[in-house]
Amino acid sequence: MTALCRGPLTSRSIFSPNTGEPMAFVAPLSKTSQQSVHTSPTVVARLEHVTFSYRSPTGGLLEPVLQDVSLEIYQDDFLGVIGPNGGGKTTLLKIILGLLEPQQGTVSVFGKSPREVRHLIGYVPQHARVDTSVSACVLDVVLAGRICHSPWGFLYSRADREKALAALRLTGTADLAHRRLATLSGGQRQRVLIARALAAEPKLLLLDEPTAGIDPYVEQNLTDLLHALNERLPIVIVSHDIGFVSTHLKRVACLNRRLTVHSAAEVTRSTMATFYGEHVHLVQHAPCCPLNDPGCDHGCVPAHPPTGRKMEQP
Amino acid sequence: MTEFFQDLSVNPFLINGLVAGVLAGLACGIIGPYVITKRIVFLAGAIAHIAVGGVGIALFLKYRVPSYFGGLEPVHGATAIAVLAAIIIGVINEKRAEHADTLIGALWAVSMALGILLIKYTPGYQGELMSYLFGNLAYVTRSQLAWMAILDVVILATVLLFHKQFMAVCLDQQLAALQRVPVLVINLLLLCLVALTVICLTQVVGLILVIALLSLPAATVSRFVIGMPALLVGATLLGMLITTVPRIAVYGTAVSPESAIVLVAGGIYLLSLLMTRRVPE
Repeated sequence: MTALCRGPLTSRSIFSPNTGEPMAFVAPLSKTSQQSVHTSPTVVARLEHVTFSYRSPTGGLLEPVLQDVSLEIYQDDFLGVIGPNGGGKTTLLKIILGLLEPQQGTVSVFGKSPREVRHLIGYVPQHARVDTSVSACVLDVVLAGRICHSPWGFLYSRADREKALAALRLTGTADLAHRRLATLSGGQRQRVLIARALAAEPKLLLLDEPTAGIDPYVEQNLTDLLHALNERLPIVIVSHDIGFVSTHLKRVACLNRRLTVHSAAEVTRSTMATFYGEHVHLVQHAPCCPLNDPGCDHGCVPAHPPTGRKMEQP
Repeated sequence: MTEFFQDLSVNPFLINGLVAGVLAGLACGIIGPYVITKRIVFLAGAIAHIAVGGVGIALFLKYRVPSYFGGLEPVHGATAIAVLAAIIIGVINEKRAEHADTLIGALWAVSMALGILLIKYTPGYQGELMSYLFGNLAYVTRSQLAWMAILDVVILATVLLFHKQFMAVCLDQQLAALQRVPVLVINLLLLCLVALTVICLTQVVGLILVIALLSLPAATVSRFVIGMPALLVGATLLGMLITTVPRIAVYGTAVSPESAIVLVAGGIYLLSLLMTRRVPE
């Protein structure tokens, strides 16, 4: 079952071989959820018929950015959301985080409203959007991720600092702890932001355009890191980088105002296993729209079977 | 300079001026790092200028209705209006109104105009306005010192309690909100502390130069140290030095101590820029 989408990438783990400790604080998948591939997958987040419009300066609703979007995110998910600029990708993440309230439809995360559990969601914004001119060092930035665990006082406790350092080690940036954000490269910055999200000990990780402005080598490192993290966390990545999403992730959703999930989402993993045997590969290797979605305007080749499902037997 | 120490024993106002400098240095050293990290120097300037309205209102009431407001001092009015302005500005900023800067600019101008108008209708208090604008280290009274000390204690206690949450909103407001930090409350609290600090510093160098003291010591130290605790301690020490040493150095000369303080602060900052072409890694 772990063969599902675990390519050779995970074998080059970023974990330090002599320490299991950095991995300890990330909530491991419970036994039941790991087995859920065979039974029914645990849903960590569910969007049902969500429609969202931004408001114009005069207060009226603009044309919907998201329309009738339904989506389930599973416990062991590694979901990529692709779509053109303005297609609603970041808006979708903000709705899952409860930063925006949809006009229609319902959103639940871990069975509750996003506002109640948003501290359990690790959010990694686009690294280019983070202010790097501050005088704080990388460790300060990552420690700020611990704020919901210890909001009061002047100094973070030894335990908090250890967890922040563990997150830095996990992302391979421990040697940068006392550097300023401004002196880091784009790839390093991206890793630090992931460390900041991990320091909060999230139960779900959302990343916004993690590969923007990053060269292919660093992108590969990042992919390895995310695969390693996916061993214990559901991950959702939003990107306009079709190649990245379609070659590395388990499931793909195409978002351009309307969202169409790769058919693997509608069919549960257990039925998949029943229909197609244990070793189903859900990874898309072709740079084409996995949905055969006429609304998708990436120039994707709509060349899928009518089911919209593209399977590969290993 | 030796003249200063000789006069120290006979002129208690000299000691008051020195203590005021130390208290102001403490306030600017603690709040300055947050102001430059969060980039709200402009907001601090707005608060300082809006407080002129408070000076005007306090003097006007004291003169016109002495039976009720006889004990009112300009600093009381300035403090009240500055805190009010901090809250209004914080809410305007939070709403991300498209014209937030215009709105704040309008408040800035209108409140100053109101203050100047009210002082004009308060005969005999023109000097108060000048002292608010340019500071008056030579005649800091004991009650002013007491006020500054109280403000310092409030600032210090609040920072010791809320430092982590201040840092969270300074570094990334959105992440702070996701991590259950009450962002609006923390922002307003920080702006209120900025308002109190501005009032505190105005006693020393006056409104025109207050921004220099709020931003320059922290900006200078941030060129040399990494990490917030070091920045807070360094900026406080530098702030205390800057508000006292130049004042002693120019004693007995025609140079006004307020200008000397700000020129030295600016000079040290310039020097730090030249010394560290790049910020430390």
